[in-house]
Amino acid sequence: MSKSIVVMQEAIRIKKPDAIAEAATRRRTRQRREGAIEGGLFLAALTSVAATVTIIAVLLSESIGFFRTVPLKDFFTDTLWTPLFANPHYGILPLLAGTLVTSGVGLLVAIPLGTVAAIYLSEFSSSRVREVMKPTLELLGAVPTVVYGYFALIVVTPALQHLWPDLPGFNMLGPGIVIGIMIMPFVISLSEDAMRAVPMVLREGSYAMGATRLQTAWRVVVPAATSGLVAAYVLGISRAVGETMVVAIAAGQNPNLTWNPLEPAATITAYIVQVALGDLPHGSIGYQSIFAAGLVLAVMTFAFNILGHMMRKRFREVY
Amino acid sequence: MSAQSSSHPHPTIARRKIAEALFKVLGLCSLAIGVGTLVLLFGALVFQGITRIDWQFLMSFPSRHAAQAGILPAWVGSTLIMLVTAVVGVPLGVAASIYLEEYARRTWMTELIEVTVTNLAGVPSIIYGLLALGLFVYILGLGENILVAGLTLALLILPVVIVTTREAIRAIPVEIREAAYALGATKWQTVAHHVLPYSSAGILTGIILALSRAIGETAPIVTIGALTFIAFLPPAPITTHPPYVSFDWLLSPFTVMPIQMFGWVSRPGEDFAGNAAAAGVLLVVMTLTMNGAAIYLRYRMRKQVTW
Repeated sequence: MSKSIVVMQEAIRIKKPDAIAEAATRRRTRQRREGAIEGGLFLAALTSVAATVTIIAVLLSESIGFFRTVPLKDFFTDTLWTPLFANPHYGILPLLAGTLVTSGVGLLVAIPLGTVAAIYLSEFSSSRVREVMKPTLELLGAVPTVVYGYFALIVVTPALQHLWPDLPGFNMLGPGIVIGIMIMPFVISLSEDAMRAVPMVLREGSYAMGATRLQTAWRVVVPAATSGLVAAYVLGISRAVGETMVVAIAAGQNPNLTWNPLEPAATITAYIVQVALGDLPHGSIGYQSIFAAGLVLAVMTFAFNILGHMMRKRFREVY
Repeated sequence: MSAQSSSHPHPTIARRKIAEALFKVLGLCSLAIGVGTLVLLFGALVFQGITRIDWQFLMSFPSRHAAQAGILPAWVGSTLIMLVTAVVGVPLGVAASIYLEEYARRTWMTELIEVTVTNLAGVPSIIYGLLALGLFVYILGLGENILVAGLTLALLILPVVIVTTREAIRAIPVEIREAAYALGATKWQTVAHHVLPYSSAGILTGIILALSRAIGETAPIVTIGALTFIAFLPPAPITTHPPYVSFDWLLSPFTVMPIQMFGWVSRPGEDFAGNAAAAGVLLVVMTLTMNGAAIYLRYRMRKQVTW
């Protein structure tokens, strides 16, 4: 900018109209270029909006085709899910039950372990331990999910069969536990953030009253960080519900309306994988059914994500 | 433990200390379960798969005989798809972050973009697969090939790239920008000559993390027809006759490492489990190396840079 002003001042001083015009042109070109760059960057940022809109549009449009054949009432009340059979039933309940049971087992593992580990890291551990543990946990969250599926099938389930000898090779307990360990780093990281956000003065006040670290952690820090902790759990649920490969590999592929984690059952995600592996013609009811199942999954995760982020915002604003 | 201390209104100090020690043990145990799983997982993979990993395994096509099967098309496919993903996803993500951090005013549009980025980060990866199947394969008619897989994973890593790049850009103090403006630099000159170079290490960390996530993704690729049994390689990108560069590989059918592993896990029989474990070892080594590099980079950056 300074260069062009100098050029312009110079041009005015020596009264050279060409130079004035040239400087003006140069400035216009630069402004145009700056505008074009900003426009390009804005378009790049719009990709995320476009992707979200397209996800919703694709899921809805294919599901509308599905719900033209299948009444909503059947979808939510029928207890069988057999879209590819000669006598098809389209009840989402068995898939939903599978999803909820595996996620539930996962949360029973991830929430207690994750919370205790996060309290330990935030309130008890030395900074050296923390420096080592946090990256290690990050690595745990980076392992590809298909590897966790293998782990659930080949290591965890056989180990559980020592406890329950009649546990089938495909079951919901093993993959559920593995999902729990998988989302644990995520829960720890978010919970620790929430507890770190609790101001030091609250802890110091508690110590001044003679409380121990544990009392301070449990009765001061945890209550003060509640909304952040709940947000961590809710976002953890959303992850568990959307987890695909672990259940597709180790929980079995048969839709099975049961709440017993010792039985095999397909989840929503596992069903989508199972159908996608085959070759279904575009526009068939089987093809549309994976989009209807995907829509249910998307609505669930959207809801959990929005709830989780609202709670996270709240704990940020308190202090 | 809390029950213990609350049920006794006046516990002795000794009891409190015991409770505290017990909690420390509990905390360490929870962490150990996490770390122990990582060790156990890798140990199990190595135990089952290490004997299968050799040159022949890396350079062979899949086969009906477990002992002759290899992962050549899988790692070639993974590499090519990562190339597409990086070429599409990284510039898009970095550009979007620059816009959000440096240009955007507080309008409803910016707000909307931010909400969608947060939301996309939480969308299950299988939903991206459905998006790809509906949009790329059927609406746009691009078919089931390397290009579509790369585009799908580019969308998947977009939020990861945006979040980490924004963090890196935000760490650059505002004085740097003001100094550039004071010298007459335009906004873009400030960004291109100062903000981006100074935040490049942080951006690189994010890109590595994002690609390491993409390389292990299975679910979104399954829906767009990745095959587990591919007995050929995509056409070579470099040819012997002019123009020497060919993009036919973009439209080739493909398989990737996690899909190959999934295919082997799903097959009955001990032999293929060994192959799956071997593919798993390679996958885990690849993702952990990338993550380790990113973590190290971040650690060095924190130590060196003081503004």
